[in-house]
Amino acid sequence: MGNFLTGSGWGIAALQSLLYVALAPLLVGWLRKVKARLQNRRGPSLLQPYRDLYKLLAKEARVAHTTSPLFRAAPYIVFTATWMAAATVPLLVVDLPTAAIADIIVLVGLLALARVFLALAGMDVGTAFGGMGASREMLIGALAEPAMLMAVFTLAMTAHSTNLSSVIDHHLSDGFVLRPSYLFALGGLVLVAIAETGRIPVDNPTTHLELTMVHEAMLLEYSGRHLALMEWAAQLKLLLYGTLIVNVFFPWGIGQGLSPAALGLGLAAVVGKLAVLAAVLAVGETVLAKMRLFRAPAFLNLALLLSLLGLLSHVILEVGA
Amino acid sequence: MNLTLLPLLQQLLLVLAAIVLFLSFVLLAQVRLISAIHAFAWQGALVAAVTAVVAATGQVHHLYFSAALTLALKALLIPWMLHRLTRRLNLERHTESLQSPALVTMGAVALVIFSYWLVLPMIHAEMTFTRNIIAISLSVVLIGLLMMVFRTQAVAQVLGFMSMENGLFLAAVSATDGMPLVVELGVAFDVLVAMVLFGVFFLQLRDSIDSLDVDRLNRLRETGGDSQ
Repeated sequence: MGNFLTGSGWGIAALQSLLYVALAPLLVGWLRKVKARLQNRRGPSLLQPYRDLYKLLAKEARVAHTTSPLFRAAPYIVFTATWMAAATVPLLVVDLPTAAIADIIVLVGLLALARVFLALAGMDVGTAFGGMGASREMLIGALAEPAMLMAVFTLAMTAHSTNLSSVIDHHLSDGFVLRPSYLFALGGLVLVAIAETGRIPVDNPTTHLELTMVHEAMLLEYSGRHLALMEWAAQLKLLLYGTLIVNVFFPWGIGQGLSPAALGLGLAAVVGKLAVLAAVLAVGETVLAKMRLFRAPAFLNLALLLSLLGLLSHVILEVGA
Repeated sequence: MNLTLLPLLQQLLLVLAAIVLFLSFVLLAQVRLISAIHAFAWQGALVAAVTAVVAATGQVHHLYFSAALTLALKALLIPWMLHRLTRRLNLERHTESLQSPALVTMGAVALVIFSYWLVLPMIHAEMTFTRNIIAISLSVVLIGLLMMVFRTQAVAQVLGFMSMENGLFLAAVSATDGMPLVVELGVAFDVLVAMVLFGVFFLQLRDSIDSLDVDRLNRLRETGGDSQ
């Protein structure tokens, strides 16, 4: 970590976090496009999520009479916490100052903060749907968080550090190594990501059917810029998990210096990897049906089991006393 | 031992062994019989792959033969026989209701840790990389045992028994470069005979209690003349 705490390091870090915000709707647009193609539809344009956000931002925000100030503050807190969490995940280059000030555990904590405020806002309105969505979100969150932490610890044990930059550096310097623990951690983290970002086997992001929705149920009373921020935060979370998966498990191509060439290569690599990941996710969502809510604990148990096996196989097979 | 210094083939071996362990967990928690049989077939195929890779890395040629034998027997023949039996007994759509599956899974994780602790002195004694797999194979054996205790369906219990055998075979391959060929052939024949006997046993069981749920064997039933 030579080049952090320099002016250019901070500049690139700021650029990277802006890039997160700018790219998040594009990823969702691409995901919807691939899904539409798989269903023999042409689908909306790639830029449609940007247009939706622009439309919502321009509209007037209406707030229900029964709400407390928390309801107005929640979108800003959720968006900022998710954004801060995203800023700690290396997107283009490793060794940025933002990666040095926060490790993976802080990232999990920031995401938990966003989730708590989302759930509080859902309950604050006092409608039945908001409370229902909040309770379901907390059920999923409470089960997903241990699985995610276990997967994170598996990575941390291999790299002897909980810092994401060091984990990626360690993985890059090892070259191509087949690690059983990484395989299991990848499986666990993918399942957690699907549950946390509300994708299909767990939650359907396009539904407004009252019996099944989780994330949408909490946003029902939001409108205008508040809704735009909430939607944007959800898209940001998807990009965050996607980047975490592709850059930790397949770090090849990520920039290791601050030169423009390294940055350009890093951008091209991460965009390519994310496009592939989103296409795989779209295929998965097309093939699978949404499961009943009460099956979600079993799904997340599988994630926890995978992460635990990752930890155990690291100890048993890779360290070997 | 440093994993990064091992050749790629030996890393592959560790990955395969880890997946064998994962399939044991799948077998333990899978409620659909047909899917459980498929998981068992995959486990057999992976054990055969582990054997083949050990043969390739250690230049032990007779292991190729055991790999082929395992593949034919554990991945093709026995699953096929079980498949045919479940179809004959109309159990294709059968799903078993497990009691507290999460707790049993965590129990299995505890068994993995226990077997690692048990094998630890052995790993200290010698530093071959396949020694690490002994803990995995011991846990496959223990999880098979747990499956036989925990599942009430007779076909699932047989799957547990067969996966125990998979674990023993894995232990033999990883610890000692495989057993002598005569022993191996004997074990393979034993397993095959056991499978045929289990088939007869299933049919008898269904004839006498109308189900393959062995828990019902524990219940007292009034039979015989005047009490009815």
